[in-house]
Amino acid sequence: MGDAEVIAGLPIVASGITIVRGGTRVLDGIELTIEARSRTFILGANGAGKSMLLRVLHGLIAPDAGTVRWGRQTARPINQAMVFQRACLLRRSAAGNVRHALALAGIRRSEARQRVDDALARVGLTAIADRPARVLSGGEQQRLALARASALEPEVLFLDEPTASLDPPATRAVESIVSAIHARGTTIVMTTHSLGQAKRLADTVVFLDAGRVTEIADATQFFAAPRSPEARAFLEGERL
Amino acid sequence: MDTISQSFALALGMVAHLDPRLTQIVGLSIAISLTSTLCSAAIGLPLGAAVAIARFPGRGPLIVALNAAMGLPPVVVGLLVYLLLSRAGPLGEFGLLFTPTAMVIAQTILIVPIIAALTRQIVEDAWVEYREQLRSLNASWRQSTVTLLWDTRWSLLTVLLAGFGRAASEVGAVIIVGGNIDGVTRVMTTAIALETSKGDLALALGLGIVLLTLVMLVNVGAHLTRQWARVRFG
Repeated sequence: MGDAEVIAGLPIVASGITIVRGGTRVLDGIELTIEARSRTFILGANGAGKSMLLRVLHGLIAPDAGTVRWGRQTARPINQAMVFQRACLLRRSAAGNVRHALALAGIRRSEARQRVDDALARVGLTAIADRPARVLSGGEQQRLALARASALEPEVLFLDEPTASLDPPATRAVESIVSAIHARGTTIVMTTHSLGQAKRLADTVVFLDAGRVTEIADATQFFAAPRSPEARAFLEGERL
Repeated sequence: MDTISQSFALALGMVAHLDPRLTQIVGLSIAISLTSTLCSAAIGLPLGAAVAIARFPGRGPLIVALNAAMGLPPVVVGLLVYLLLSRAGPLGEFGLLFTPTAMVIAQTILIVPIIAALTRQIVEDAWVEYREQLRSLNASWRQSTVTLLWDTRWSLLTVLLAGFGRAASEVGAVIIVGGNIDGVTRVMTTAIALETSKGDLALALGLGIVLLTLVMLVNVGAHLTRQWARVRFG
C-alpha cells in the first residue's frame, strides 16, 4: 500500500464541521487533520459528539456547514471501512459476511476467496468460518466485523467504540487486531471510553467537549499533561 | 343431524380414497394459487423493498395505499378483471376470460398488496439496522435491496405463505373471472360454493376439509420455518 495513488484519500482534512440537531450544535466548527498512517483517538464524554464526528469523517453524514476533504477529493472515497459499536452482521455464515463485503466492493471471486481466508485467519476465526454470524458471541462478532473491514484493505479504518460491550479478553483481542491492521499500513481513527485503550494504541488524541475540539495532542503528551481545562477535568474524573 | 354425519363420513371417505373429482379440483387449486403467489412475489418483494429503502415524494400515501389494498374486496377485483378481460374489454382480444390464467391474474392483484406491504415493513426494520453498515460498504440501492431481501428471507417466506393462504381460500374473484367450469376453472372454493348450493354436501365438506388442512399446514410450516431460522441464523 505504499504508492501515492493508493493513499490518495489522505490526509483527511475537516474544516469548520458543524452539525445541528434539534437546534443544538452537536458538532461546532471542528478543525481536524487525520494524517496518513496515524492512529487518532477521539476522546470525550458521552454526548460530546465523538460518534457523529467519526461518521462525518467517514462520509456517512454530511455536515450542515464546513467541508471534509479526503486527499484531493471532496467525494467520499470508497477505500475506507468502519466497525460499529454493535457489529452489524448479516444472516449468513462468518465467511459469507466477509465475502459479501468483498462482492459489494467488486472484488473478483478468485481473489476474494484468498482474502476471506486471510481475514478470518487474522482475527482467529478460521475454525468457525461456516458458523452463522449472528449466533457468534459478542467478542467473535466484533472480531468478524474487523475481519470484514480488514478484508477490504482500507486505507482508513474507523472504529466507533468497538470494545464498548466486550469483556477484557475480547477487548484485548480486538486491540491486537487493530494494531495488526495498523501495522499493515492502515490509518486508524477510533473512539473509545477506555483511557487505558487510548494509552495503549493512540499516537494522536483529539479531545471533544460539547461538540468542540478543545485539544489535539500527541498521545503521550496528552496523558502526561493535557493542556485544555476540559481534558484535564475529564482525565481527573477518570482517576477518582 | 343425520345428513351432516353422513356427509362427513362420505367426505372423509373421498379424502381417504383420493376421489378423482376431489384430487383434480385440489390439484388445480394448488397450481393456480402457487402460480399467483410466484407472480405476486416477483412483483411484491422488489416493490415492498424499494418502498422500504427509497425516499421519494408520495411515499407516505403509497404506504397507506398498499396497507389499505391488503383488504381489497375479492369480488370487486374479480369484477374489474372481468371487465378488463371480457370480449369488449381492453384485453378482450387475448380470450383469457374463464381460463386459469384469468384466475391467476385476479389472485395476483389480490395478493401483491399483501406481499408488498408486509415486505415493506420487514425490510424497513432491517434497513434501519443495516443502513449505516451498507452505506459504509458502499452498497448501491440495488445491492442494498438484494442484501436486505436475502437477509430477511425467512420472514419473507412467511409472507409468501400468507399470500398463498389468501389466494387458495379466496372465492369471490376466481368465481367471477374463472366461471367455475368443471375440469377447467373449478377450484376448491368455487366448488364448495357450487356443491353446497346443489346439495352435494359430501364433496363440499371433503373439499372444505382439504382446504382447511392445507391452510393449517401452510401456517404450521411458516411457524416452524421461522423458529428454525431464528435458532439457526439469529
